[in-house]
Amino acid sequence: MDKVLSNKKIIALYVLPSLLLILAIVYIPIVLTAYYGLNKWNGIGAMTFVGLDNYLALFKDATFWNSAWHSLLLAVFSGISLLLYLIVAMVLAARINGANLFRKIYLIPMLLSSVAIAQLWLRIYHPTNGVLNSMLESLGFANPPAWLAEPSLVLYALFIPILWQYAGFYILIYYAALKNIPASLEEAAKIDGANALQIAWMIKLPLVMEVIKVTIVLAVVGSLKYFDLIFVMTDGGPNGASEVMASYMYHEAFRAYDFGYGSAIGFFLLVICLAVTWVIRKLTASKDTIQYS
Amino acid sequence: MFKKKGLMLLLAFCLVLVAAGCGTNSNESSGGSKETAGESGEQVTINFMHLWPEGVSAGQNKIVNQIIKAYQDEHKNVTIKQEVLDNEQYKNKLKVLSASNKLPDVGVTWAAGFLQPYVEGKLFTPVDDLLSGELNGKFVSGTTEAYAIDGKTYALPLEFNIAPVYYNKSIFEKYKLEIPQTYEDLKAVAKTLSENGIAPIALGNKDRWTGSLWYMYLADRIAGQQTLSGAINGEGAFTDEGLLQAATEVQTLVDSHAFVKGFNGLSNEEAKSEFLNGKAAMYMMGTWELPNFTTNEDIPKEFRDSVGFFKFPKVEGGKGDINSWVGGPGVGLFVSENSAVKEEAKAFIEYFVTQWGEQAVTGAGVIPATKVDTSSMELPQLYIDLFNEMNQASSITLFADVQMQASAAETHLNMIQALFGKAVTPEKFSEEHDKAISEGK
Repeated sequence: MDKVLSNKKIIALYVLPSLLLILAIVYIPIVLTAYYGLNKWNGIGAMTFVGLDNYLALFKDATFWNSAWHSLLLAVFSGISLLLYLIVAMVLAARINGANLFRKIYLIPMLLSSVAIAQLWLRIYHPTNGVLNSMLESLGFANPPAWLAEPSLVLYALFIPILWQYAGFYILIYYAALKNIPASLEEAAKIDGANALQIAWMIKLPLVMEVIKVTIVLAVVGSLKYFDLIFVMTDGGPNGASEVMASYMYHEAFRAYDFGYGSAIGFFLLVICLAVTWVIRKLTASKDTIQYS
Repeated sequence: MFKKKGLMLLLAFCLVLVAAGCGTNSNESSGGSKETAGESGEQVTINFMHLWPEGVSAGQNKIVNQIIKAYQDEHKNVTIKQEVLDNEQYKNKLKVLSASNKLPDVGVTWAAGFLQPYVEGKLFTPVDDLLSGELNGKFVSGTTEAYAIDGKTYALPLEFNIAPVYYNKSIFEKYKLEIPQTYEDLKAVAKTLSENGIAPIALGNKDRWTGSLWYMYLADRIAGQQTLSGAINGEGAFTDEGLLQAATEVQTLVDSHAFVKGFNGLSNEEAKSEFLNGKAAMYMMGTWELPNFTTNEDIPKEFRDSVGFFKFPKVEGGKGDINSWVGGPGVGLFVSENSAVKEEAKAFIEYFVTQWGEQAVTGAGVIPATKVDTSSMELPQLYIDLFNEMNQASSITLFADVQMQASAAETHLNMIQALFGKAVTPEKFSEEHDKAISEGK
């Protein structure tokens, strides 16, 4: 077996099928998208080559920057909420009663499809029959807002289900990382007189740092290209107040029949995601990884 | 060792084969029929993609299946393969298939602006020869024209719709309200209702075209049908005084709480359920909703009996006529230009449209685009009344978003939502329209 796997030809043979697949499914479409972005194309007829017009128009498009701003806000919010997830994971990992049950409860939203979650939250936010507004009314708020129709509120109203949806995923990752820390380290610290907060800050946090870095990239890039819940719940509305980059791309390509422009947005989105990933990795790069053992 | 190596090789080849197999499979299912067209007797498969899923459009779905079955019984050599999708999914899939030139042999399309890119891309085949054949004179006038571009017709219309205001008679009775004769009456009715804690008008403006209906009627009644359609087709301008006033009136209605709370965040379906639950008193929608107010057994009979309708009232001093409607053909059937079985497909849609006419009336309560003698049929009164209204219509203005080209329609819809949400002034609303329409030319 070892001999087979050290044969370069055999390795190439094994890698080839998936390499071809990933080229066909991922990389070639990326190149094509970049190319479509250079054309004026309604998706059906002939393409007209217009050079960088679409990309340049992008820089002057206020709606695009608006949606980019919304995507960025979502990224910032998900970044911040990672801290909350980490705290929850630390509590769960600290052998509290029912930790197992809580872990499962937190994970359940992750198992639901986005469309189901959207339907659920649409009922929560319904302006007159919604759970939220009925509750607010019974608490004495005479005229609670229509959450998804209010341009100043809609974006934040959407963030809540989005963050809720992914909470379980990150809590699970952190939980697994924390469980990997040998119990002896904690015990030693306890003997030295460290309190729970010190243990969390000085021992646990540095040891799960690598995992945290990965989750930051995941959360930020995931937010930048976020689409589904927003599409189902508000479709970018009202009047663009919850439009994000991906939904704007969809609207330009599939609603306004401007596939050239839509492709330009899509390609630009990819560039932004790559750039952000690079920046995050630079910022969080540490020279040596900490290991207490 | 050699044996193991060979086994590995074999496995790898299998993988490649599986992957390749997937490829051909998916090609086949979306690629259309491979059988060549020929004399009768040869086996022919017609791929038919439509948007009446069993759950959502039960009535239509049943009719489609009946027609297909009857057609296959009469033409033993023809198999009709259906692909059924939801409305929005259907639109998206149609675009994707067009881009890769793999349209089904027969499919459903909308009129005017929607049709245009497909015709320009030479994807739909003209069906004028069918119009002069057996179907000559069968269509309600004005329906096939909406599918014509540069003198050629590219689809056979199936439905014809107008949009009345439905209202809940029992709510009106309870508050001693009369059917509004003028726009002032309508505003007074809305005021009484909202003071009594009833939402006057159900509107789901997340979908945007729903709000467009209200704007179009106000524009029609204030500025007149000519001005409105002129502005839409680019001959006139939305900055016309009457059209500006119509946009202002939309915001007046919003200010007076005439629409349900949070309408800009509600979908049409959600808004409709407010009306169906008796929480909102009025609801403006196309006649395709008729089955819900007449024959649909899922909706309580008590409610169905209390639904009436009225024409959008006159605006005092306005140029519009009360018998002028907003509406137009819904969907029609096209045959793909690149279909390998074009002649068979054409014969099928001719048959389909003929059959659809009568069955749609009795089976689904939809108003068809073909002329149907309803005198011998037993039909709900609401249906008959609206059918008669349609025959007396002085003019029917095609839904703006259908009439405009895709990019202008998108601007129109966005502006409608902004206007209702008071994010733009009527002046800005009009200017953006003119800009989008002139760019689209």
